[in-house]
Amino acid sequence: MTDAQRDPFTSLRVRPYLLTGGRTRSSVDLPLEALIRTTDAGHASLDQQGHERRSILELCADRQSLAEISAHLTIHLQVAKVLVGDLLQEGLVASAQSTATTQNSNERPDLQLLERVLDGLQSL
Amino acid sequence: MSIQPNNGANPIPVKIVVAGGFSVGKSTFVGAISDIDPLTTEAAMTKVSEGIDDVGDVKTKKSTTVAMDFGRVALSPELVLYLFGTPGQDRFHFMWDELVRGAIGAVVLVDTGRLEACFPAVDYMEQTGVPFVVAINAFDGVLRHHPEDVREALDVPAHIPVLVTDARHKAAVRDTLVSLVRHAMTMANQAAVGR
Repeated sequence: MTDAQRDPFTSLRVRPYLLTGGRTRSSVDLPLEALIRTTDAGHASLDQQGHERRSILELCADRQSLAEISAHLTIHLQVAKVLVGDLLQEGLVASAQSTATTQNSNERPDLQLLERVLDGLQSL
Repeated sequence: MSIQPNNGANPIPVKIVVAGGFSVGKSTFVGAISDIDPLTTEAAMTKVSEGIDDVGDVKTKKSTTVAMDFGRVALSPELVLYLFGTPGQDRFHFMWDELVRGAIGAVVLVDTGRLEACFPAVDYMEQTGVPFVVAINAFDGVLRHHPEDVREALDVPAHIPVLVTDARHKAAVRDTLVSLVRHAMTMANQAAVGR
């Protein structure tokens, strides 16, 4: 038995994709750091959502990255990606990063952005 | 969605990958500069392994997970930096592909007591062209090897920075990240000139 199999999230470990209806890939390509926030439509729909979707919508009242959603709700990253992808397509959450990344999935940050990062780091 | 500039409504996320061998100090490095207590996210990996037992050529589907610690640093109201610490073994390459996508670059943390632990990370970053620096974690405050000796041992090309850091201290971590960003800028400049 490996360490990974011995961890406390056994139920999710056994069937991590039960939550996604067995789907392992999202139709929307989101990077781990994509910032997600719940839209007005998402807030209005809370009462109609199942547990996981509702948890995501509540969490993203404050903007969260995909990685943070996965960590806070203790769901696998890929599962979070599928669930968030669905919510995104339904307009219940929004992300400024979803379109940009699908178009430029292998692009590195440009010089202008790197300069801003440098300035930010140096001011810490 | 329209972009609303300068009001912080749509901050841009950027990321840096922190790679290295087991217990080299990746989580400490991330935690030293993160605004939040580092969080852990898990990714599942399913892989078909062949002929691993006596059943002959029966294919066994093995599922395992990889845990990643990460932190967040607000660089400005419009810019948020995510730092992802990732295990350094070859078998986690599937995760690295996802991690380095769109990343500024990587810090490969090195423990001079176990240099070999960082070989896979160095190889991966070199092969994929991800900007990276090699940072020797002098975590007990003692530097056992000169950076240039480490460069030679790792066979790291001259243009890749090899520097000393201390994963426990914010200033040292920040300086390491600054070196990486400067290196990424140099590489971006060269790519622009070569185009």
